[in-house]
Amino acid sequence: MRMIKKQYSLTVCQGTGCISGGAEDIFSSLEDEIDRLNLGEGIRIKRTGCHGFCQRGPLVVVDPETSSGLFYSKVAPGDVSDIIQSFLPGGKPVERLFYRDPASSKPIPNYHDIPFYRKQERIVLRNCGHIDPEDIDDYLATGGYQALRKALFEMTPEQIIAEVKQSGLRGLGGAGFPAGRKWEATFRAGGNEKYVICNADEGDPGAFQDRSVLEADPHSVLEGMVIAGYAVGARRGFIYVRAEYPLAVKRLRIAITQARDKGFLGRDILGSGFGFDIEIFRGAGAFVCGESTALVLSIEGKRGMPKPLPRPRTAEVGLWGKPTLLNNVKTFANIPLIIVRGSEWFASRGTETSKGTAIFSLTGKVANCGLIEVPMGTRLREIIFDIGGGVPGGKAFKAVQTGGPSGGCIPASLLDMPVDFDSLTAAGSMMGSGGMVVMDEDTCMVDVARYFLDFTQRESCGQCIPCRVGTKQMFSVLDDITTGQGRPEDIDLLLELGESVAGTSLCALGQTAPNPVLTTIRYFRDEYEAHIHEKRCPAGVCQALVSKTPSLSKREGEGDK
Amino acid sequence: MEELEEQLLREVLSFYRGKKNELIPILLEVQGNFSYLPEDAIQLIASFLNIAEGEIYSVASFYAQFRLLPLGRQCVTVCRGTACHIRGSHQILQEIEKAVGVKEGETSSDMEYTLETVACIGCCALAPCLRINNNVHGEMTLEKVRGLFNPESSSGLSLDGRG
Repeated sequence: MRMIKKQYSLTVCQGTGCISGGAEDIFSSLEDEIDRLNLGEGIRIKRTGCHGFCQRGPLVVVDPETSSGLFYSKVAPGDVSDIIQSFLPGGKPVERLFYRDPASSKPIPNYHDIPFYRKQERIVLRNCGHIDPEDIDDYLATGGYQALRKALFEMTPEQIIAEVKQSGLRGLGGAGFPAGRKWEATFRAGGNEKYVICNADEGDPGAFQDRSVLEADPHSVLEGMVIAGYAVGARRGFIYVRAEYPLAVKRLRIAITQARDKGFLGRDILGSGFGFDIEIFRGAGAFVCGESTALVLSIEGKRGMPKPLPRPRTAEVGLWGKPTLLNNVKTFANIPLIIVRGSEWFASRGTETSKGTAIFSLTGKVANCGLIEVPMGTRLREIIFDIGGGVPGGKAFKAVQTGGPSGGCIPASLLDMPVDFDSLTAAGSMMGSGGMVVMDEDTCMVDVARYFLDFTQRESCGQCIPCRVGTKQMFSVLDDITTGQGRPEDIDLLLELGESVAGTSLCALGQTAPNPVLTTIRYFRDEYEAHIHEKRCPAGVCQALVSKTPSLSKREGEGDK
Repeated sequence: MEELEEQLLREVLSFYRGKKNELIPILLEVQGNFSYLPEDAIQLIASFLNIAEGEIYSVASFYAQFRLLPLGRQCVTVCRGTACHIRGSHQILQEIEKAVGVKEGETSSDMEYTLETVACIGCCALAPCLRINNNVHGEMTLEKVRGLFNPESSSGLSLDGRG
C-alpha cells in the first residue's frame, strides 16, 4: 500500500447529464486506477447524483465537504490517471480541469468559490451531488429519516400539519397553493382510505429539477411522503414519474427497496404501528397530466383528461374517489427539513408571501447552465448574471422565459424584480415548475410564442373547445406571422383569442396557454410589428423572412466551451 | 402473433392481476419488450383486462409514449424542449432528416432508423440534445450530427447506439 498524505474522498457525478458525457466510464476507470495502485485505503470514491452544473460535466469533486474541495469539470477518461497521481506524495492538482470564470478565464479550483455555487442556498438540493443516491446509509449519515422518527414519535398529525402551515411552504409544482392547507383538507376529509401522490411528471419543456432531485436524493422525497401519509391518514402513496426519466425510476426503485428493508416503509414503520408504502407509477407522456384530476385518472388507467367543472378538490375526491394529497417532488423534499428544523427556520428565508427557496433550471443563452436554488425574492439579475454568468459571446440579454408553456417572457426592464410566486404572476408569467430559459438578441420572440403554442395545441386534451380550437387558431396566426403572411389585425386578434382561451378553458393548461403570446406582445410588440409590416425578423430566426439564417456551426463559437 | 412473442406477452401479463387500472403499466411494459404495441398484443391485453380493444386504443393514442408501429433499430429522439429550441434544435432535426432520409415520425424502409421528437429529455443544460436508443448526446452541432449519422465515420452509431 502506497503512502498517501491523508484520506481523500472522491465523488463522481452520475446524473443523466454527466452520464451522457461518459461519467460511468470515468467512475470505473478511477476505481480501476485506485485498485491498480492499491490506494483503496487512502481514497474513498463514490457515485453521487446531479450537482446541478450539468453543462460542465462530467464532474469529479475532491473532498466536497471540506472548504478546500476541488472541482474538476469536463473530465475525460484520459484525465483519470492524473487525478489519481495528484493524491500521491508530490502530486499536484490537475489544473487543466479547473473551472474557469467565463469572463476573466481565471481558474477557480475550489468547489465553494465557483460563483455558480457560492451565491446559491441549497436546501432542497442539500444532498444532491453529495450523497450516493443508491445507498440509504449515505442518506442516513446526513440525518436522513430523523424527521420521520420525530414526526412518528413526538408529533401528532395535527401538529405536523400546523408546522407545515406555519412554514408558509407553497406547492412547488406550479400554482403555488399553500401546502399546509392541502394537507389540512385531506386530513379533514372523511373515510379510512386516503392516498398520497407525488407528482414527478415534469412535463414542462425546459425544466429538469424534479428529475435531478429524484436521481440525486430520492430518500428525501420518500421521507416527505411518509410524513405526509402519517399526517393526513393515508396508507398508500404513489410517485407518478415521467417515463422519459428512466434513471430516476431506477433510483427510486432502489430507494424504495432499501427503505422497506430498514423499516421506513411497510406495515409497521419503526414499530410505531403506522403503516405506509409507496409504489412507482410511470407516466406515459401527457403534459395535461400535471393537472391533478387528470393525473389521478391516469393512475386509474384512463385517458388523462381533467374532470369537468365544477369538480371536487382532489384533497376530497381524488384517486378512486378517495381523499388524495397531491404534491410535487420538491414540496415533499422540503418536508423533512421543516419537521427537523422547524417552521420558523424555514420561514426565515424568502419573501412575505413566498417562503423558503426556489429552484430553477437555468438554461438557454446563459454562460452557466444548470440547476440552481436561491431564496425566494432573489433578483432576476443576480440569478442570470451573478450565478448564470450572463449572456455568452458578448450578446445582449433580451428576455427570460419562466414557467414553461404556462409562463411568459420577462424583459430586461424587469431584471431587478425579486423573484417569487406573486411577482412572476404580476409580470404576466409564473413560477410554474421552475424552468428559466434565457434569451438573447438572436432569439425571436414571435418564434418563441409560436413554439409554445405549437406545444400547447399538441398537448391540449381536446375536451373543451376554447383550448382545443383556440390554441390551434392562435398557433396558426403565429405561424402566419413568422412565415411572412401576418396581417395588421393579427396582433389584436391574438389578444382577443388569448383572452377567451384564458378565461373559458376548463383547466390550467388552456387557462395559461396564451401567456407566452400575451407577454411577448406586451413586452416585445415591436418584433411582431416588424414581422407583420416589414416582413422582417429582427433576430434573424424566422427562415421565411431572412435570406440566410445564422447557422448553428457559426453560433457554436459563442460561450466558453 | 408468433408463438415466442405470445409466450413473452403471457409472461409479462402473469405479473399483473387483471385489474383495469393496470392498463398503462402493462402497455408500457409490453412496448418495452416489443418496441411498439402490436395489434395481437392489444387483443390479448383486452381480454386479460376484460375491456374493449377500443378502450385500449383510446388510451394508447392519448399518451405520447405509445406507438402502434414498430421502431427502427436506431430510434433517434430529438429534444424539442425550450432550451433546445432556443439553441437551434430545429436545425438539428432538419440535418438529421437529411442525413437519415426520413421525416419526423417516420421509420426508414430498411427499419434502420426511426426519427422522433420529444417534449423534453430533461438535459436542458446540454442543449441542444438528442437521444439515440438509450444514450443521450448533448451540445449537438451540425458537425456532430454529420459525424453521428455518417456510416463511414468511425464514431458512427454502431459504436454507441445499440448499447
